[in-house]
Parts: sequence; C-alpha cells; structure tokens
Amino acid sequence: METGKIVVTDRSGDRHELDAVQGWRVMELIRDQANDNADLKVEALCGGAAACATCHIYVDDAWADRLHPPRDEEVQMLDEAFGVTDRSRLSCQIIWSPDLDGLHVTLAPEFD
Amino acid sequence: MTLISKPASAPIVTDAVIVGAGPVGLFAVFELGLLGLSAHLVDALDKVGGQCAELYPEKPIFDIPAWPRITGQELTDRLMEQAAPFNPVFHLNQQAQSLSQQPDGTWRLETSAGTVFHTANVVIAAGAGAFTPRRPPIPGIDAYEGKSVFYAVRDRSKFAGKNLIIAGGGDSALDWALALTDDAASVTLLHRRDDFRAAPDSVEKMRRLVAEGRMTLAIGQPSSLEGEDGHLTALNITTTDGPKRLPADALLAFYGLKPQLGPIAEWGLNLNASTVLVDTEKFQTNVPGIFAIGDINHYPGKLKLILSGFHEAALMSQEAFRRARPAERLVFRYTTSSSDLQQKLGVA
Repeated sequence: METGKIVVTDRSGDRHELDAVQGWRVMELIRDQANDNADLKVEALCGGAAACATCHIYVDDAWADRLHPPRDEEVQMLDEAFGVTDRSRLSCQIIWSPDLDGLHVTLAPEFD
Repeated sequence: MTLISKPASAPIVTDAVIVGAGPVGLFAVFELGLLGLSAHLVDALDKVGGQCAELYPEKPIFDIPAWPRITGQELTDRLMEQAAPFNPVFHLNQQAQSLSQQPDGTWRLETSAGTVFHTANVVIAAGAGAFTPRRPPIPGIDAYEGKSVFYAVRDRSKFAGKNLIIAGGGDSALDWALALTDDAASVTLLHRRDDFRAAPDSVEKMRRLVAEGRMTLAIGQPSSLEGEDGHLTALNITTTDGPKRLPADALLAFYGLKPQLGPIAEWGLNLNASTVLVDTEKFQTNVPGIFAIGDINHYPGKLKLILSGFHEAALMSQEAFRRARPAERLVFRYTTSSSDLQQKLGVA
C-alpha cells in the first residue's frame, strides 16, 4: 500500500506533518493522528458520509486545482458550514492517493 | 405508536425512559418489551430515527446483521415495526433536561417541554447528542438569541411589520422566506451561493418574488451583528465583492442541526469527552439506574456501530428488569420457543 505525507495546519496555526495512506480519507488521516490535540481534532460526526459538515477544511492554494472537484452533495453540505471560501472542502470527501503526497490543508474554525 | 407533544398534567409512570429515539433507542423498546417492561422515549427531533432519519435517510447501510443493504429510513421503519407490539410512547420535539432521584430511589426526569416521568430506569441512547440548531459563529450572537435572532419560528406574528433577514439555502430558509413575505415589512434571503438545495418549486417562487421586487436576495455569509440590548439593527455580511451592511430588525438563521450532549452533561455521570462511561455487563453508568447505550457510551474496545448498540440494549434490559421488578425472577427465554414471549409479541 502506498504511503506518504500530508501537511495540516491546525486551528491554532501549528503545522503538522501527518502520515498518509492510500485510500484513506483526509478526514480519517487527521482523526487518526490528532491524538489529544484539540486544535487538530475533526469532529467528523457522520463518519464520512458528507452529511454533517463537521470536517470542513481549506485546501492550500497550490493544491486547489489538483483535487477532484466536489460533488453536489458536498457543495450542498457546505451550505451548513461557516466561513466557507472557494478553498473550502469536506475532508471526508478527499481520498488520499500518492498524487496527493504533500497535500496541505488548514482546519476551518470549529463552531457551536 | 403513540405521539405525545403536550405535557401530561400528572407525572408519567413507566418502567424505562429512553432518551433518544434513534435505532438503538427503538431496539431498546423491543428488548425491554420482551421482559415485560414499558418504555417512553424522548427526542429533540420532530421524528423518530435519530441520525438515520436526520442525516442519512437515503444512504444505504451495509453492516446491519441480516440486512445486506438497508437505508437509514428503512431501518427506522423496520425498528418501529419491531417495537410496535410494546406500544412505545414518543415525546418528540423536546429534550431530556433535569434528572433527580426520589426518596424511593426511582428517577424523576423532566423534559424541556415540561413532561415529567417517574421511572426506575433512565436509558440514554442519545447518539452524538440532541439535534439542535447550528448557531452562526458571530461574535456576541448569544445576546441577540431569542430577542432578534432565531433558529425556529414559534410565533410568526412576532415578525409582522419587521425587516427580516432569513439565512440558509435549504427548505427551512426558503419556506419561511416565502411564508413571511406578506407579513414582514421586508424579507432578505441570505445564502452563501446563488444556488439552492431547497425544493425546486420553492426556489422558483423565491426567484419570482425577487424579480418582482418583493424579496431581496443577498449572496454572502454573516460576519457581525449591529444593535443594542439584543435588538438587531443590521447584519454585516461578507460577499465576493467585499463587506456589505444589511439593515434588519431580526435574523432567522437556518443552518441545519447539529448534535449537542446538552443537559446530560450535568447529570453527574462519568464522561469521556462527550461520551458516557459504562460497564460492559449492564451498560450502566456510575449512577445505578442510569444506563447509556449506542454511540453515546464509551468502554474499552467500544465501536460506534448500530449493531453494538443493539447488543448493549439487550444487556441493559436485564438490569433494568431487576430494578423495575425487584420481587420477580427473570427467566431467559427465546422468541422462537417461548409462548410467553410470543404472546407479548402478539404472534401466539
């Protein structure tokens, strides 16, 4: 199985280099490696069904054009997130593969 | 099934109150029922099924034993059918709020709607928590909530003659924008993009009102509030063309629902983050007579699967029986062979 790295900027601005595994969702990579760091945790309530908007991230400019565009389902779910920009994605809808080695994302603020 | 939305005048006496009418709460009705125990259920949503009904009614689930593929809504419907012989009573649109122990050791549970239960067993099957409206993360919004910022319409007359901003792109936002256009002084619909997931018919009606100048459409996201003593005067929004100021008397925000643990956190239970710690024999919390089953609980090795919750419901029911019927003996029987169980199920 192919592995690599992703870079995640957490909610306090710290950068983390996380292990990436082919076929894992970016949400799962973050959730699995956040440990007890509250600023790095993603709630990911629905578990990856694009049904809750609680794994909202911003994709780094350099990577924006290198991802599959979001499906309608994801765009609609982002309607229930806040601080949405044209870099907003749900991290459960980005499945890691070696061409995403080094992908940089920033966690969106977490809200009530 | 019985639906009760108004609080009864006298306390309701029941063997168990189940907090949460999701799949695990519904199956708990069945397991309690087989042992002859009655159950009332409380849920914050206006429907049964919990996350299965609210988040993914149309999505297939593939790991329910004996159901190779079943949608969230189908699973809910099947569980309702399975629970029906035991006549569960549902108290929807309300949240379990305060819990206190009575002199005889039983529990008094009161909901946000004022419904009061007296019961030997409280079963928390609350999933990720009670679904409550998502609050826009606007600084200081709490001072406006209930005065000029609302997440639901309880009394529409309150908005007559007001300048309203209705935020969101789904059916709730569109339905209320359409419904309040005639009563309000003005309605501005605010959404982050010029595309709406609401029913096409509503979107079409909205577009017509906007074209006629009877409704304003603003594309952007809320950033800050202006006003005094909780009374809104304007909402500032960010748009692709920069910030904009929208004068308004009230904001109705419809950004969907999100589960919150809520008052359960104040019940004196041992918690691990937003889950409730239980033992794996009875799925009881640190407080005897209060159980937690399904996604809401935690124990070593816990897997948040619906099937785990079903197992937990069966074991919980054994202890619930001993608490509700201390003088009786519990006999373990199978539904295939027990005429007693078959009678309870109405199939004998």
